[in-house]
Amino acid sequence: MADMLALESLTVNYGPVTALKGIDLSLREGEAVALLGANGAGKSTTLRTVSGIVRPRQGTVRYRGRDISRLDPGEIVGLGVAHCPEGRRVFAGMTVMENLKLGASRRRDDADVRSDLGRMGELFPVLGERGQQRAGTLSGGEQQMLAIARALMSRPRLLLLDEPSLGLAPLLVQTIFDTLAELKREGVTLLLVEQNARVALDLVDRALVLRTGNVVASGTAEELKRDPQVVEAYLGGGR
Amino acid sequence: MNIVDYVTQQVVNAISLGSLYALIAVGLSLVFGILNLINFAHGDMMMVGAFAALLLQSVGVPFPIALVGGIAFGGLAGFVMERVAFRPVRGAPDVTMLLTSLGVTYILENLGILLFSASPRNFPLPTWLGHVYKLAAGRITFTNINVLTVVFSVLAFLFLYWFVTRTGVGLGMRATAEDLVAARLVGVRVNLVVVVAFVLASAFAGLAGMLWAAQVGVAYPLMGFTPMLKSFVAAIIGGFGSIEGALLGGYVLGALEIAIVAFLPPSVSPYRDALVFGLLIVLLLFRPGGITNVRREVKL
Repeated sequence: MADMLALESLTVNYGPVTALKGIDLSLREGEAVALLGANGAGKSTTLRTVSGIVRPRQGTVRYRGRDISRLDPGEIVGLGVAHCPEGRRVFAGMTVMENLKLGASRRRDDADVRSDLGRMGELFPVLGERGQQRAGTLSGGEQQMLAIARALMSRPRLLLLDEPSLGLAPLLVQTIFDTLAELKREGVTLLLVEQNARVALDLVDRALVLRTGNVVASGTAEELKRDPQVVEAYLGGGR
Repeated sequence: MNIVDYVTQQVVNAISLGSLYALIAVGLSLVFGILNLINFAHGDMMMVGAFAALLLQSVGVPFPIALVGGIAFGGLAGFVMERVAFRPVRGAPDVTMLLTSLGVTYILENLGILLFSASPRNFPLPTWLGHVYKLAAGRITFTNINVLTVVFSVLAFLFLYWFVTRTGVGLGMRATAEDLVAARLVGVRVNLVVVVAFVLASAFAGLAGMLWAAQVGVAYPLMGFTPMLKSFVAAIIGGFGSIEGALLGGYVLGALEIAIVAFLPPSVSPYRDALVFGLLIVLLLFRPGGITNVRREVKL
């Protein structure tokens, strides 16, 4: 069976700066993989290239065997890849309900979209209660839930998450990651970029460590938790 | 004449003028919100609407249908303008798009002069539109043209409100205006959104052009430029890029202009525009985002 996602020697430039230097990565269906690394390592660029916001200079992005590296972001969403971007980027001036409807922009099954709107209210009760409230009035954690719910409204098979824990209190981080674990159990494939390596490694099956556009380490979550270098750099050393 | 009647008369005038500014400003703001484009050619859609209605009537089309025709031709002109002029430079630096819009203005205005000559033409109106209503024993007057202006503007705004809150393309339009990258990520059809924004904005401008011509009695190729500049000011006053801001700004500007003429000494009224622009500078010094305080984020 083809991989859910396969990046083959992917190179991305921002002007003269090379952000990704030929990285390879593959995800099987139902797998959860984390990308770890410092700022500027190329983690977000990887996600942005998969979702079509950034075009690779070289290499391919294969989704279920098909090269999607020249498609529009909208077409890629339509194929089942949702990207929950860094900084949440909810539409602050629009209501929670409108944000969720926008997540279903590429769907034509109106009846199912309506039932999914209800499902998001159950998955994130706070969103159900605040459907008519402007997204900008929500707290950071609620906005993150909305960003995830909005991505889920496209019924993704592959969900890309960029720093879902950023700026959230530990308790909220746990809530968000509990939800992600739930999605994983439901069979959604996850590709996660996360600074908080500890919670990330508790969720995912495998992880890759990026440094200045290269993969410098990879392995199962358990292996990486024991890797002295990873522990030193990302898990706060001497624990 | 007592003061209450005088003030009421000025309020009537302000609402009528403000409706036109709002109608034009909302289109400018709609397109700017999505593309970061200040479309100077927006005013020329007024000419398109007015001349379409004028020519349709000259071949015997009744006024109400000519009015619909003017709106339709405005929208069509917006569609063509987007395809021919603005789509090819989409994603170019803002300055490129701005210069493109200036180019489109020159082309359209000179095309108008070539086809219709620069001199004003009478804008034909059915006699019932000239009917004058007199209230308070003739101390407050307005015509059916004022009624038509306000009714059509309000209908246009209600339609726009319905469109941007109840339709998928309308939601996508607001999403794109807020955050282009996030809108693309959720799968908003940005090309469609841009086309529809141009068509709506231009149809509104076409309507405004006909109402403007009906109020002043004439249409001419350069008729749109000054109202467009004024409406640009209105949109900035309200908060550029925001629909509510454009509506609010349009009525505020209408009220301001009428108030300057009505309540300040007659020697001041020639400086009406200077005063308005001066007030705009003061407003922007203290509130750069306009009344609704729009904050534009940097787009990637």
